[in-house]
Amino acid sequence: MIKKMMVTFKLNGKSTDVVVEPRELLIHTLREKCLHTGPHIGCDSSHCGACTVDVDGMSVKSCTMLTVQADGSELLTIEGFAQGGELHALQEGFMQEHGLQCGFCTPGMITRAYRLLKENPDPTEAEIRYWMAGNLCRCTGYQNIVKAVQYAARKLRGEPVQTSYPLMETTTH
Amino acid sequence: MIPRPFEYHAPTTVPAAIALLDQYGDEAKLLAGGHSMLPMMKLRFAEPAHLIDLRKIAALKGIREVGNEIRIGAMTTENELIWSPLLQQKCPLLVEGAGLISDPQVRYMGTLGGDISHADPANDHPALMIALGASFVLTSAAGERVVSADGYFLGLYYTLLEAGEIMTEIRIPIPAAGSGSCYAKLKRKTGDYATAAAAVLLRMQGGVVAEVAITLTNLGETALKANDAENYLRGKPLDDATIREAARLAMAICEPAADLRGDIEYKTAMAGEMTQRALRTALSRCSA
Amino acid sequence: MDATIDSKAVPSNEERLAKLEGMGCSRKRYEDPRFIQGKGNYVDDIKMPNMLVGVMVRSPYAHARIKSIDTSKALAHPGVYAVLTADDLKPLKLHWMPTLAGDVQAVLADGKVVFQNQEVAFVVAEDRYIAADAAELVEVEYEPLAVLVDPLKAMAPDAPTVRDDIKDKDVGAHGARKHPNHIFTWDIGDKDKTDRAFDNAEVTVKQDMIYQRVHPCPLETCGCVASFDKIRGDLLVYITSQAPHVVRTVVGMLSSIPESKIRIISPDIGGGFGNKVGIYPGYVCAIVAAIVLGRPVKWIESRTENLTTTAFARDYHMTGELAADKDGKIKALRVHVTADHGAFDACADPSKWPAGMFHVVTGSYDIPNAFVSVDGIYTNKCPGGVSYRCSFRVTEAVYLIERMVDVLAQKLGIDKAEIRFRNFLRKDQFPYQTALGLEYDSGDYEPALRKGLAALDYPALRAEQAARRADPDAATLMGIGICTFTEIVGAGPSKMCDILGIGMFDSCEIRVHPDGSAIARMGTISQGQGHQTTYAQIIASVAGIPASLITVEEGDTATAPYGLGTYGSRSTPVAGAAIARASHKIREKARKIAAHLLEVSPDDVEFDLDRFVVKGAPDQAKSIKEVAWAAYNNVPEGMEMGLEAVDYYDPPNFTFPFGTYICVVDVDRYSGETKIRRFYALDDCGTRINPMIIEGQIHGGLTEGFAVAMGQQLTYDDAGNVLGGTLMDYFLPTSMETPHWETDFTVTPSPHHPIGAKGVAESPHVGSIPCFTAAMVDAFAHLGVTHMNMPHNSFRVWQQSHALNLDQR
Repeated sequence: MIKKMMVTFKLNGKSTDVVVEPRELLIHTLREKCLHTGPHIGCDSSHCGACTVDVDGMSVKSCTMLTVQADGSELLTIEGFAQGGELHALQEGFMQEHGLQCGFCTPGMITRAYRLLKENPDPTEAEIRYWMAGNLCRCTGYQNIVKAVQYAARKLRGEPVQTSYPLMETTTH
Repeated sequence: MIPRPFEYHAPTTVPAAIALLDQYGDEAKLLAGGHSMLPMMKLRFAEPAHLIDLRKIAALKGIREVGNEIRIGAMTTENELIWSPLLQQKCPLLVEGAGLISDPQVRYMGTLGGDISHADPANDHPALMIALGASFVLTSAAGERVVSADGYFLGLYYTLLEAGEIMTEIRIPIPAAGSGSCYAKLKRKTGDYATAAAAVLLRMQGGVVAEVAITLTNLGETALKANDAENYLRGKPLDDATIREAARLAMAICEPAADLRGDIEYKTAMAGEMTQRALRTALSRCSA
Repeated sequence: MDATIDSKAVPSNEERLAKLEGMGCSRKRYEDPRFIQGKGNYVDDIKMPNMLVGVMVRSPYAHARIKSIDTSKALAHPGVYAVLTADDLKPLKLHWMPTLAGDVQAVLADGKVVFQNQEVAFVVAEDRYIAADAAELVEVEYEPLAVLVDPLKAMAPDAPTVRDDIKDKDVGAHGARKHPNHIFTWDIGDKDKTDRAFDNAEVTVKQDMIYQRVHPCPLETCGCVASFDKIRGDLLVYITSQAPHVVRTVVGMLSSIPESKIRIISPDIGGGFGNKVGIYPGYVCAIVAAIVLGRPVKWIESRTENLTTTAFARDYHMTGELAADKDGKIKALRVHVTADHGAFDACADPSKWPAGMFHVVTGSYDIPNAFVSVDGIYTNKCPGGVSYRCSFRVTEAVYLIERMVDVLAQKLGIDKAEIRFRNFLRKDQFPYQTALGLEYDSGDYEPALRKGLAALDYPALRAEQAARRADPDAATLMGIGICTFTEIVGAGPSKMCDILGIGMFDSCEIRVHPDGSAIARMGTISQGQGHQTTYAQIIASVAGIPASLITVEEGDTATAPYGLGTYGSRSTPVAGAAIARASHKIREKARKIAAHLLEVSPDDVEFDLDRFVVKGAPDQAKSIKEVAWAAYNNVPEGMEMGLEAVDYYDPPNFTFPFGTYICVVDVDRYSGETKIRRFYALDDCGTRINPMIIEGQIHGGLTEGFAVAMGQQLTYDDAGNVLGGTLMDYFLPTSMETPHWETDFTVTPSPHHPIGAKGVAESPHVGSIPCFTAAMVDAFAHLGVTHMNMPHNSFRVWQQSHALNLDQR
């Protein structure tokens, strides 16, 4: 019988203790023990990125990390984005630019985009596409996800933002 | 997709890791970035009783210039390679190669030493290391030994690494000023292994090839060094005819396995195509 | 803030329209706040007290006799509660279950396995870790049998028999069977007339093509949580189903529990695309285990299980023939299909049509004679045959006709746009009866194609291509693909379409509260389409209630009216009509109440956006909010209190969206790599409800079309092993591979739909796939190539280039 281990990490700023088997995957701990069900399981094989969480400043596929490896780490999940009832610029961007449909990839997308914008506050479309390529989406075709990230980048840089989809169409085709 | 139970160890020093390795022998596996090992464990293809995680060993991190070589800690991640100003300036081939590995998240975790040590012929670093003339520091209780990348890879998942040894450092001679390089990788999509890839490190002098290294990924049981192609090119100008012939010679050493990426004929043809692409691009990047 | 309008100070029409956020408004989505904050509620997020986890033990063989199953070691493993096999299900008569196509399917393998990864045993344990350990301890002894993989060899006299259980039945659910591996032959059209047209034709062309086996692969796999209250006798199942009411009916049939005691809830669904229409063995096992153990049981697929065991799509081996005159005017179409249905016929089609709506295969063209014959075949592969982002078999049909029109153009040397102009149905021909018995509602094809050709400067593209073809040193080939498709969606009229005998109507219930806000419930279920947003827009426009005050609920059979669910682009054409009609009923009752309040005759009151006004006296008005309040305290004598409406809409016909797609591709001769340089998509989905959501749907459909055309395939080796059952090999494009999309539209409303809407989500998938192939073939067309089978991955494209010696420098 393998002994369980006590693991302590900061989850969205809150100190958290869990007791796990060494083989337990971080995604399962987050979802089933910490009840943070925002990160999702899409592929089991570190291809889809739906389980992306931020660990010590890195975007990590939490299906391919052991919980014991997160001991002492700072974790950020989608649940930690909105502060004081205020949406994060990325959350606003995804909504305003229609960067999501079924929503299953969205927590991973936003979490990944967060780290991207920390590293590169003014990415080109090509850079966004390259650095977001670890997250699969089956619904949007990525075009509006790119726009959502650009929207958030502008907002985080303090520039004015505007949806690409005004409520009423002003021009006709 | 659940691993078998195992005991987990997270040593913080190399000697401690080696002690664990010696203690548990065959029952132990080293964990670097984990993106090859953990998937194999989840599929229960790998079933270590003891997992020794190297991520907490600070001494295995870092990129530094020592004399005329660059020394990289084995646990340095792909993204750290990509973002290294030193490598961007003095060893762009490694930066280009790392940027074509898997996807952004995997590159935060995946390490240079892990990629090399796994010795999967589909991994990119083995060919890059051979092209760069790198050597590896292997550390055990008995001390360190330094081995050349060329000759290190013996077969599928099989290298010169002995029981009780850990790869601790990668040493890359700084390519001569004016060299050009390219890693040309054909893959189906982001996150995939190469259908075929070629690494080229090239130095021209007086309009002819002074030095050239050509290596190939995923075209045999190990990364391949295209010695005949290199020998052929030395002293010759790089033009359509010589590039074609070099590609032909590179193709001749390929023994790829057929899979969904393509059959043997296609992969061999792509070995030639990537060799040509890498040679042409490397030439365009030569400044002498 | 008061979101309704007070009748005393009436703002401008624009302000009122903006407040309503009705049809035509790019209203931001009601669903988004929960999804962007990680508060979606998908099935794997559901955690019930005392919940257990079930996992499947699956067959490594594609065809084998089961000699024995030993569950003792697994049962002895600590934390294991049950291991179910077919023998355990037999006393309950649940070891087999009916399929939607009139066949039966083994829930757990009964005596033999007939496809790789087939369900053999179901292990229930305390958690997923214990369940995974225990599943390894189930010992199954197999005796491998000869495997049938190729459907074209299935009816050979010596072919292995896939289905022992029905091998002697010479009549199946769809008529006579010619061979133990034959499921049905389905013919439609006038064979003799068509044959005569071919005999007399100036020109004929014939082309074989394979529409490969693919999988819808939503990002969320399938799963459920079943729970049974032994005291009340209530069964509750959370399930990722696109058709929760149908699930309830099927579960009722299987379990003999009355439907009133069964509650099915489809929570948030992480994409469906047809994958989540069927009933899978895991659902049945979880329900049985929950009933037997008296504890909730969760079953969630892994990705490999999803790709290899739940409903595939396509796998049509088609031969098309066209007869025409030498000007390219088409006289007749003849089609034969060998349809590989796998080991059980679990196709999701309306009961009467075993090849779905494949008979839309005459496309956008005036084709006077047509005949189609489809043979369904069993093989040792996963069952399925679902509609992956299309109505039933429509993508196969559109692929065939669009390919054939190109083949004909090539044979005659006519431009591929020009041949379409020569054969298009004209606007004045609608409603149009096709040779295969469908009635197209409306269409206006020529302006759409003209708009597309102008948008891309088609003559310039052809000139560039001619120059490229003339240059022997050009490293890339250039292809231009055109697709002018007609879809058929909105299943459908109950006289033609039913599932298990239930007509394919859909439903809506609206209840307006005293404060003027409302709740609406539908029989459909969104999987990302944004129903909660767009349905409210329909109500807003028809009944005058601001969309922001409308709560839309779907997916819970305890509260929603019976509906057939969401697939085949049927939500807007069918449920959308029910919503419009229910909204209209609300409005009509409200008008009578308003007349009563205004003390005039109802005939003197008219509806004005969000209020009711006395004709000729616009200052005499009552807002919908005022009427709602009055509905609960002051209604005309003889009228029931309240403001509610229900509508069950049985559509008179399908709707027929259409579009013009144009693709420009550059192909590397030496490597087979492709680059989609431009992709233009003009869609006509009739009345547009939310332009933002429409564009999102089109982007997504195009991307899934790109995936199918350029990379997706479920590949089987000769032993029936599925190759590449992970996302490493099964092609889901990332942001790097996905092209940039250009969208455009025209509007041709459906004349029979209450708001003229036709449905849009599947057009981009259906229309883009043949467009990609057309572009790929066009790149090689000057060298005599008439067709290339999908997927157009580098390897296969290189094979074409290599065969033509184009890869030699």
